Amino acid sequence: MSDSLTGSLIIQAVKESGVKTVLTVPDKTTADGLLRPIAADTDLRHVRTCKEDETIGISAALSYSGQRSLILIQYTGLLYSMNAIRAVAVEYQTPICLMVGLLGKEPGVLPTESKRYGVRIIEPILDAMGIAHHVIETDDDIGKITPAINTAYETSSPVAMLIGRPPLAS
Amino acid sequence: MIKRDECLKSLVTKIADDEVVVAAYTTAFELDAIRPSPFNFISSGAMGLTSSHALGFALAWPDRRIILLDGDGSLLMNLGSLVTNANAAPKNLIHFVFENGTYEANGGHPIPGQDSVNFAGMADSAGYNNCHEISDMAGFESSIGSILQEEGPTFVTIKCETGEEYPQDYRYMHSAKIREEFAEAVKDF
Repeated sequence: MSDSLTGSLIIQAVKESGVKTVLTVPDKTTADGLLRPIAADTDLRHVRTCKEDETIGISAALSYSGQRSLILIQYTGLLYSMNAIRAVAVEYQTPICLMVGLLGKEPGVLPTESKRYGVRIIEPILDAMGIAHHVIETDDDIGKITPAINTAYETSSPVAMLIGRPPLAS
Repeated sequence: MIKRDECLKSLVTKIADDEVVVAAYTTAFELDAIRPSPFNFISSGAMGLTSSHALGFALAWPDRRIILLDGDGSLLMNLGSLVTNANAAPKNLIHFVFENGTYEANGGHPIPGQDSVNFAGMADSAGYNNCHEISDMAGFESSIGSILQEEGPTFVTIKCETGEEYPQDYRYMHSAKIREEFAEAVKDF
C-alpha cells in the first residue's frame, strides 16, 4: 500500500478524463505538487482567478460548449464558494469538478477525524448538500479521479476530490 | 440619464440573432422581454457570477462575441472578476455594466459608493483593453457602433435609471427549461 501521493499521476488522471482547462486559486497543499506543474503544462489552459466562486461560473459556462474543466482550490475556498456551488452546481445540475486541498489535515487521518475544525466539517457539509466526494490520500486513490470526473459530466452533477496530503512534485 | 430599457432596445438592434448575451437579474428580465431569444443566458442563483459566466463563454467560443450585461451591485459582489477577466484577456468579451447605484433586485437599496465609485476606472486599472463611461443616449448611439468593433476585453459602464416595468418571472428564471433551451441553442457552436 502506498503512503505517498504523486502530483504527476494526479495530473495524468485529470487529463485522461478529458479536462483541458484548470481554474485555480492557490492552495499551500497543492501549490508545488499540482499547481506549479499545471501552470507550466502547455496541454492545459490555466486560468488564475481572484476568488474561488468565480471558478464555478467559469466552469459552468465552459460546460455548455462541452469543454471539461477542473477547479483546484483549498478547502477554505470551497467553504467560501458554497452559495455558488449550492445554486449553480447542485440546484442547476451542472458538472462541476472540484479538487480541494485539505490544508493541515494530518496524513493518514480521516478528514472527519482531523484536529482541524475546518477540515473536519468538509465531508459532512458535502454530504448535506448531496455532493459526491472522494478522498485522494495516496497513489492508491488516484484511480478514483478519472471515473469521478467522467461521472460528473455524464450525470451533470458536481464532485469533490479531497486532496489529503501535499502531492509530491514529481 | 439613460433609461435602461431604451438602451437595451437600441443595443439589441446592433447584435446578431445568434449572439450570446449574458445578463443578470432585473436586466435579464428586461432583455428577455425586449429580445426573447434562446441565446440569452440568464445568470442567476448566485449574484455576482455573471461576469464569471461570461468569461467562461468567451473562453469556450473565442470566435464569437460575448455580450455581458452586468449590474453594478452584481459586479461589486465579484469585483475580483475584473482582474481575472482582464488577465484572461478574451478579445471577444464586451462587459457592460448598467450602473443605477442600487441593489435593484433586493429592494433598491444603494450600493456602497453609490456617488463615488468609478467602475470604468477600476476596469481600466484592472487591465481591460478599452473602457468607456456613457451617461446619455446620444452618447450611446454615437459610440456603440465603434465600441462593438473594439478588440476586447472591453468595458462599458452605462449610467442609467430604470425605465418601464417588465414582468419578473423568477420561477422561470430558475427553471431547468431556460438552461435547456440555451444548451440546445448553442450545441452546434
